[in-house]
Amino acid sequence: MEQTSADITASDDIRPPVASIGVIGWVRANLFDGWFNSLLTLATLYALWVVVPPIVRWVIIDAVWNTTGAECRDAAGACWSIIATNFRFILFGFYPYDQQWRPLVAMLLLFGLLYYSQDRKHWTKMLGYGWVAGLVAMGLLMRGGLLGLSSVETTKWGGLPLTLLLSVFGLTAAYPLGVILALGRQSRLPIIKWLCVVYIELIRGVPLISLLFMGSIIFPLFLPEGITINKILRAQVAIILFTAAYIAEVVRGGLQGMSRGQYEAAESLGLNYYLTMRLIILPQALKIVIPPTVSILISAFKDTSLVVIIALWDLLKTSQAVLSNPEWMGFSREAYIFIAILYFLGCFSMSNYSRRLERELDRDRP
Amino acid sequence: MGNAAAQKVPFWLDPKKRGIVFQIGTVCMVGLLAYYLISNVLINLEKQSIATGWGFLTKESSFEVGESLISYSSADTYARALLVGALNTLKVSFIGIVITVILGTVVGIARLSTNWLVSRLAKGYIEVMQDIPVLLQLFFWYAVFYETFPSPRQALNPITGVFLCNRGVAFAVPAAHPAHAYMLAALVVGLVLAFFLRRWAKKRQDRTGQSFPVFRVSAGMVVGFPLLAWLAFGAPTAMDVPKLVGFNFTGGLTLSPEFFALLMGLVLYTGAFVAEVVRAGIQSVSRGQQEAAMSIGLRPSQVLNLVILPQALRVIIPPLTSQMLNLTKNSSLAVAIGFPDFVSVANTTINQTGQSIEGVALIMAVYLFFSLSTSAFMNWYNKRVKLVER
Repeated sequence: MEQTSADITASDDIRPPVASIGVIGWVRANLFDGWFNSLLTLATLYALWVVVPPIVRWVIIDAVWNTTGAECRDAAGACWSIIATNFRFILFGFYPYDQQWRPLVAMLLLFGLLYYSQDRKHWTKMLGYGWVAGLVAMGLLMRGGLLGLSSVETTKWGGLPLTLLLSVFGLTAAYPLGVILALGRQSRLPIIKWLCVVYIELIRGVPLISLLFMGSIIFPLFLPEGITINKILRAQVAIILFTAAYIAEVVRGGLQGMSRGQYEAAESLGLNYYLTMRLIILPQALKIVIPPTVSILISAFKDTSLVVIIALWDLLKTSQAVLSNPEWMGFSREAYIFIAILYFLGCFSMSNYSRRLERELDRDRP
Repeated sequence: MGNAAAQKVPFWLDPKKRGIVFQIGTVCMVGLLAYYLISNVLINLEKQSIATGWGFLTKESSFEVGESLISYSSADTYARALLVGALNTLKVSFIGIVITVILGTVVGIARLSTNWLVSRLAKGYIEVMQDIPVLLQLFFWYAVFYETFPSPRQALNPITGVFLCNRGVAFAVPAAHPAHAYMLAALVVGLVLAFFLRRWAKKRQDRTGQSFPVFRVSAGMVVGFPLLAWLAFGAPTAMDVPKLVGFNFTGGLTLSPEFFALLMGLVLYTGAFVAEVVRAGIQSVSRGQQEAAMSIGLRPSQVLNLVILPQALRVIIPPLTSQMLNLTKNSSLAVAIGFPDFVSVANTTINQTGQSIEGVALIMAVYLFFSLSTSAFMNWYNKRVKLVER
C-alpha cells in the first residue's frame, strides 16, 4: 500500500513535456490540433488581419472627438463629435435643458434599485415597497408639478429615460397580467381557458408594430368623446398587452413544471383555489421561470425601440433628429453605433445576470 | 349520505356551480366591454364621417410601390397593392429564412468548435447581435448603403460581375436561354426519381437487408440531369452583366438598398438566435449515443444520419420554427426603412383612405395566418417525430 502511494508521488515528479503545458501546450491544444484546425486558425487570423486594422483606424486612430460638423467632413475616420456635441439632446430629447437633472436622477434611482435587487438576499417585502416608492418617485421627477418642481408635459419626454420608462413600467404592469393569463389558460373552466388561449395566441401571432399602430390609430376611437390619452401612454398600453402574452407563456411553463402532488397536498390541507395558488403553486412556479422572465425583460427593452415608428422621441428618434440637421447629415453610422453600445450594455448586463441567476437557482435545487 | 351532504351545500360553496356563475360573469363583463368600445367606435366614426367596410379595396390605389413580384401600377386597386405587399413580405421572409438557417448552423457549429479562436469569434458574434435591437441594425445597414457606398458611376466592384452602389447591389446573372427551362425540368425529374429511389431502397433493405447508396445516386441524379440538359443545349455560358446606362445600372439582377438592408439586418439578428438553437440541439445528444452507434459498426455518415441528427433535430426544430416566425414578424419593420412589405403598403392605404380599423385588422389577419398555419404544420411534424416511449 505504502509502496503504491510512493510510486505515485515519484511519477508526479516527472514533469510533462514542454510542448503539452504552458503557452505552447495551450496553443497546440486549442489552435493547432490537427491539420484542419491549423488551417482554420490560419484562415481566421488572415481574415482578422484584413478586417480589424482598417476598423481600428476608422474607430480610433483617424477619428475626431470634439469638433464641428464641417471639420468632421475632412477627417478620414469616425466623427464621434456628433455624439459629444449632441450628447444631452440624444439622451434627454426635448426635456427642458435646465431641468434635465430630473430625468438623470430618475435614471440613477432606477439603476440603483436594479443594482440593489441583483442579490437574492435582498428580495424581501421591503424591496417590493422600495420599488413601488421608487417608481412613484421616478414618475414624480419626470412629471413634476409637485414639491416645487415645474410641470413638464409628456410630449417633451424623450431619449433614454423614455426608453427605460416604457420597458420598466411595461414589464411591471405586464407581469401580473401575464400571471393571470397563465392561470386562466390552465383553468378548468372552459370559457375562461378559451378566452385566455385566444388572447395569448392572437397577440403572439402578430408583430408588435401592428399593436403599436392599433394603439396610435385605433385606440382613440375606442374612447368616448372628449377623453384623450397621450401618445406615450397609448404606446405603453400596447407594449403591456404585447409583453403580457409572452410572460403568460413563460409562466405557463413554470406551472406545468409543478408536480401534481403539490396541488393534491394543498387540496388535502383544505386550501381553496386562491390560497393554493398564492401560497403553494405560484411561489414555486415563478421561481423556476425567473431566468426566462429576464429574457423577456431584455426583449421588451429592445422592442421599445419600435416606438420610433409611431413617432415617439425615444433614443433612436432623438439621434435621427440630430442626423437630419444639415451640420451632422451623413454621420449615421457613428450615431447608430453609439445607440447600439447603449443597448448592448443594457442587454448584456441583463443576460449575464440571468445566466448567473440560473446557476444559483440550479445549485439551490435539491 | 352523499345525497344528504350535497343538499346541504349552498350553491355558492359548490365549486361546479360557482364555476358556472364565474364564467357567466366573465362573459358578461367581456361582452359589456366589447359593446362599450364598439359603440364608442361607431359614434366616433360617424362624427369623422368615415364609412366602415371593405369597399375601399376595389378602388384605385393611385400610389406607386417600389418593387413588386407581379405587375402593378398606380392605376391598380388597393387589393392588388396589398397583394404586392404580402408577396414582398413572403419574398424577404423566405430568402431570409434560408440564409438565416445556413448562417445559424455554421455559427452554431463554430461555437462548439475545439478551435479556441473560432469558437470565441462565434460567441462574440452571437452576444453582440442578440443584444442590439433589430430595428437599429436595419437603420444601420440602410445608412451604410446611403452614406458609405458611392454613386453608380463610381460603383464598387469587389468581385467580377458584382457592383455595390447607393442604388443597390447589381449582380450578373446567366443570360436567358431556352436551355434553362429544360434544366429546371431535369431537376424536377431528378428530385422525383430520387424520392422514389429512396422508398424503393428502404423497402428492399427491410425485405432483404441489402443497403443501397441512396444519397450518392440521388445526388448524382439531382445534379447530373440538369448538367446533361445544359450540355445538350451546347453549354450556354453567356452572362447578363449589369451595365451603367445614364445614372443607373441596367441588366443583370439589381437588389434595392431597402431590400438588402432589411435582409442583412434580419439575417444577422436572427442568425445569432438560430446559432444558439443549433448549439443547444447538438449538445443535447449525449456522447454515449455516438459511441454506441460506432460500437455497433455504423459508418460515420450513418452515425450522423441515423443516430445524431434525428435526436438533435427533435430538440432543434420547435425553437427554430419560432425563430423563423420571429423573422417573418420582424420583417414588418420594413416600414421604417421604406421597403414596401405588407405593413408598409397597409400603412399607406390607411393614410390615404382613413380606413384604420380595416387596415390594422388586415395586418393582424395576414400575420396570424402565417403564424397559425406554421404552428399547425409544426404540430403535425412534432407528432410525427415524437419520441415513442415504451
